[in-house]
Amino acid sequence: MVQVRLGGTLQSYSGGQAAFEIEAANIGQMLTALGEACPRLKPLLEQGVAVAVDGAIYRGSLLQPLPPQAEVFILPRLAGG
Amino acid sequence: MPLDQTARTPFTKVGTRPLRPDGVDKVTGRARFGADMNAPGMLIGKILRSPHAHARIRSIDASAAEALPGVKAVVTRDDFADRNDEFRDVLVNVMARDKALYDGHAVAAIAATSAVVARKALALIKVDYEVLPHVTDVEKAMRSDAPLIQESLITAGLDPAATKPSNVAARHQFGHGDVEAGFAAANVVIERSFRTEATHQGYIEPHACLASVSSDGHGELWVCTQGHFMVRDTCATLLGMDISKLRVTASEIGGGFGGKTTVFIEPVALALSRKAGRPVKLVMSRSEVFRASGPTSSTSIRVKMGVSKDGRFTAGEAELKYQGGAFKGSPVDLGAMTSFACYDVENVKVVGYDVLTNRPKQAAYRAPGAPMAAFAVEGVVNELAQRLNMDPLELRLKNAVKEGTRSAFGPTFGPIGLIETLKAAKAHPHYSVPLGPNQGRGVACGFWFNFGGQTCVSLNVNIDGTVALAVGTPDIGGSRASMCLMAAEELGIEYDRVRTVVADTSSLGYNDVTDGSRVTFASGMATIKAARETVKKLCQRAAAIWGIPEDAVVWEEGHARPAGPNAGAFPPLSLREIAAMAPKTGGPIAGHCEFNAENAGPSFAAHIVDVDVDHETGRTTILRYTIAQDAGKAVHPSYVEGQFQGGAAQGVGWALNEEYIYGADGRLQNPGFLDYRIPVASDLPMIDTVIVEVPNPGHPYGVRGVGETSIVPPLAAIANAVSAATGIRFTELPMSPPKVLRAIEERRMKLAAE
Repeated sequence: MVQVRLGGTLQSYSGGQAAFEIEAANIGQMLTALGEACPRLKPLLEQGVAVAVDGAIYRGSLLQPLPPQAEVFILPRLAGG
Repeated sequence: MPLDQTARTPFTKVGTRPLRPDGVDKVTGRARFGADMNAPGMLIGKILRSPHAHARIRSIDASAAEALPGVKAVVTRDDFADRNDEFRDVLVNVMARDKALYDGHAVAAIAATSAVVARKALALIKVDYEVLPHVTDVEKAMRSDAPLIQESLITAGLDPAATKPSNVAARHQFGHGDVEAGFAAANVVIERSFRTEATHQGYIEPHACLASVSSDGHGELWVCTQGHFMVRDTCATLLGMDISKLRVTASEIGGGFGGKTTVFIEPVALALSRKAGRPVKLVMSRSEVFRASGPTSSTSIRVKMGVSKDGRFTAGEAELKYQGGAFKGSPVDLGAMTSFACYDVENVKVVGYDVLTNRPKQAAYRAPGAPMAAFAVEGVVNELAQRLNMDPLELRLKNAVKEGTRSAFGPTFGPIGLIETLKAAKAHPHYSVPLGPNQGRGVACGFWFNFGGQTCVSLNVNIDGTVALAVGTPDIGGSRASMCLMAAEELGIEYDRVRTVVADTSSLGYNDVTDGSRVTFASGMATIKAARETVKKLCQRAAAIWGIPEDAVVWEEGHARPAGPNAGAFPPLSLREIAAMAPKTGGPIAGHCEFNAENAGPSFAAHIVDVDVDHETGRTTILRYTIAQDAGKAVHPSYVEGQFQGGAAQGVGWALNEEYIYGADGRLQNPGFLDYRIPVASDLPMIDTVIVEVPNPGHPYGVRGVGETSIVPPLAAIANAVSAATGIRFTELPMSPPKVLRAIEERRMKLAAE
């Protein structure tokens, strides 16, 4: 079980709910479960988001394992120059 | 790939400063940039651009142009199939459809036998425009009575969801805690409003490409870009080609800084070539670069911060409005996330608005969105330090984030080096040098995330024991030298026995764009992995030659050596010797890596700058500039320092002179380097650097990206210095001489009146 937290903007798609407890072994499973728990979020999650796992930011690794009790943050898709 | 736990220190190659492999070609003129490519039968392409900031295109009549002798192809919106996916904005920006959305928007293009004919033909194209009201200012674009740029745009990120169209593409929010409680607990609260103007990346080489599409539908493209795989995929998609039928080769690149991470002219050149059946070269003029490539956003920002009397920040609040041109996607979300990223603040609220205007679609510019936010926040931090009578670096140290701090944008930081960076700046002799009259010192710090991304490299051992390394990330900052160093380090051979090239898209797997300060981190890690795979194969080959088990061979200082009690006594085999025997011992030896690099590890910087402000002219002279920044591990220190210095140099221009100036007609007034002033060598002192090394746990050597963080603090550091030199708080960029002089004179008059 991991605790998934949403930034303020994403909360506007989750009815204000800031955190979810989700059973998932990796980032992809977590995003799928989050989209099912909150259908308004699903299109945004499918467009692409960044996921911070215990402070490390992942931009494209759906198969990245999530350690039990990991701190997971959903962030907007990130880009650099 | 985690930090190597077995100490590799001292490194023998990494950390040294050899000459860059592309250096001689660049200083002798032999290097081939985008416009240097030619092909037999080549045509010249030119683009017709809208003179209007906002206009409906009723019709385009190119019949007279097509009839001109020498014209071989004309393309307009009708030559690109419309689409309704994530590529639509790119398509519409490449070639206007129902409306021209900004001054300079492409409307049609010609391929002709000469530039003279192409220019004549452009003048013969008749475009029937219905000129519409326009808006180029971010605040005005947000008003309810502003002309709508995209009539069906609904603001994202609102709860309840928006129902009426507007020019606000999205609202973003980040933060935690209770800012009102935080401000109530503060002893000092300061709130200020700031504005910054749009600036261009100012790369010296304009966008340029040569396209050639054959009659069987196969295409080749030579192009100046930060990401030729991105160019291939985007162009193939827009033109309806199979990706495998388009081969893209990246030229040398005369600067990018984020501005070459998308396409502008490339799909047009391919469409012209496909229609004409001949190669087409398309090169932007400098005016086109300014009018129709991607500058960064102009902004309007409000910041409010509270601090206790002992110097702890109690709350931080910011509202950011960034215009990103005529399309959604300004970097305001990144500005919002980075605003307070340097500080451990219990109560934070940042709201950002992504706003459309009738300006060219913004493109990434080095740490996109962060410098403007830092300009505002770091300005307020300096004022708070003044009010507390506290050293500004000490105030930052008291509040600096460290490992375990929850960031203002959400996640908890891992190992980071802000405190080490601030301490390095504070300890630098520069910080205690006395200042003269009309001189001021400013400091600021900055943060950038850094990214990894999809990466693929191939490392081949040649018959003479030299190594050919193919990477897929265009070299915009000396990265080929760093790749050679890392390969040489792993293989135990000399630096100049490794040659790194940027391979074309048909020679390697997909590589993400060179952006996000990712190349030395990600391509470097891929190089290390490929080299370690190569070492394993070299050891296997030596074991086979010796007839001993593979695990009885170790690789030390460029040699395979037998190791262990039953390995036998064989003289070591060098890489060169194993390579020479390769054809008869199993064939070529190579290592490869394809992966998605993650966990790049952020970088922080602290800048100190001294300025002299001429009170008669308003001109600011940069007297001294020092940068301390965390590089994790500097692979090639000279090029790390170059990245530090380059960011500061661009920041000097952004702070003091550079700005997009639009007239009341919505047309850009200064599309050239005479009227858009970037810093030249005589504007800058030698910029001093301190490389801080707090290892990134996500890289075997501890490398962090360094290319972007260096442009985050300068706007604020220079504004703080000019404010200190004049006693006037400057909150708008650029602080150009007329603006500074006006402020000085207004204060003189005010003092005289009192």
